[in-house]
Amino acid sequence: MAAEKAEIDALKKECDGLRTKIEAARKAVNDSTMTDAAGGVDTVGRVQLKLRKTLKGHLAKIYAMHWAADSRQMVSASQDGKLLIWDTFTGNKLIAVPLKSAWVMSVAFAPSGNLVASGGLDNICTVYNIKSASPKTLRELDAHTGYLSCCRFLSDSEILTASGDTTCCLWDLETGKQKIIFTNHIGDCMSLALSPDGNTFISGACDSLAKLWDLREGTCKQTFSGHTSDINAISFFPSGNAVITGSDDCSCKMYDLRADQEVTGYQDTSLNAGVTSLALSNSGRLIFAGYDDFNCHIWDTLKGEKVGVLSGHDNRVSCTGVPEDGMGVCTGSWDSFLKLWN
Amino acid sequence: MSGSSNIIAMKKIVQQLRLEAGINRVKVSQAAADLQQFCLQNAQQDPLLTGMSSSNNPFRPQKVCSFL
Repeated sequence: MAAEKAEIDALKKECDGLRTKIEAARKAVNDSTMTDAAGGVDTVGRVQLKLRKTLKGHLAKIYAMHWAADSRQMVSASQDGKLLIWDTFTGNKLIAVPLKSAWVMSVAFAPSGNLVASGGLDNICTVYNIKSASPKTLRELDAHTGYLSCCRFLSDSEILTASGDTTCCLWDLETGKQKIIFTNHIGDCMSLALSPDGNTFISGACDSLAKLWDLREGTCKQTFSGHTSDINAISFFPSGNAVITGSDDCSCKMYDLRADQEVTGYQDTSLNAGVTSLALSNSGRLIFAGYDDFNCHIWDTLKGEKVGVLSGHDNRVSCTGVPEDGMGVCTGSWDSFLKLWN
Repeated sequence: MSGSSNIIAMKKIVQQLRLEAGINRVKVSQAAADLQQFCLQNAQQDPLLTGMSSSNNPFRPQKVCSFL
């Protein structure tokens, strides 16, 4: 017993030492701030986007949406138990996918446009073939022991999931089996995003940490702290060198991967609502963040200032997305509507 | 609560911290300058920043003129 206690004490001491070492190394490169560096950059002025379309069709709260790679189709998920695939140019509903479980929390479009996936409180990620005559269940990925909070396709044969069981998982869609399980978070994983180069992904969790993972090795490469509550939303800056997070602590943060630390915070004393979702414009200059206050606020990434707002929803904005061609923003809400802005 | 499972868990934490402590870090001033440069270089290709005409706007129906 005494020998074990001694070993644990030694390990604890080593942990503390390593944490101190990491903080010192971060401090050593912390020679400036993002806002200082952006002092010479022109402001973007007031960003005033117009509401172009309101998509009506869901009968209950919308929890998730995801753009197709063609920047025209989009899939949304509602706790009315349906996925709807929309043609955003015409506003028409193309396909309705009835769900086995209405408690959906996440939805994803495969890059090919052939498949969509969804999941939620059923702990299962279900993949559907939407190119068949009527939507057909291709796979039910059932191994998580907690809710499915987020899913993203790498291709028609691989999908990444994040779960309330604190793990993320890479699945093989040909076999329906788990390929790699990513464990390190100590709180429910709420959101994930793939890097532009496809080699890594980031996750945000209820332990208030964001983690960068090597997709093929399965290892956690970096951990980012600073938030004081659950991280609900996470996205890569388009260059792949930074990560933006949104949290229940009412702030967003940008962490630079190469400096291994937070470089800007986006918060405002007048904003007392949690961040539910976020998306970046194509140059990375604008952050569109959905909040519990029914609005989507727009931030200047470089200057850390609020530069606009998308107002119109009658309830919490639960999901936000910018298509690949960067031509607009879609917001989805608990008011059951999706809105397109540009 | 088994003592040895605590040790195994602690060893994993130590191993992870060693991995994270060992990376090379770039100065914030350099990182910030690179992020800024990316934004500025891509600004013209960002329709939400530059705006767009009605005829280019995929979400806005084109006004059709007809000869009466």
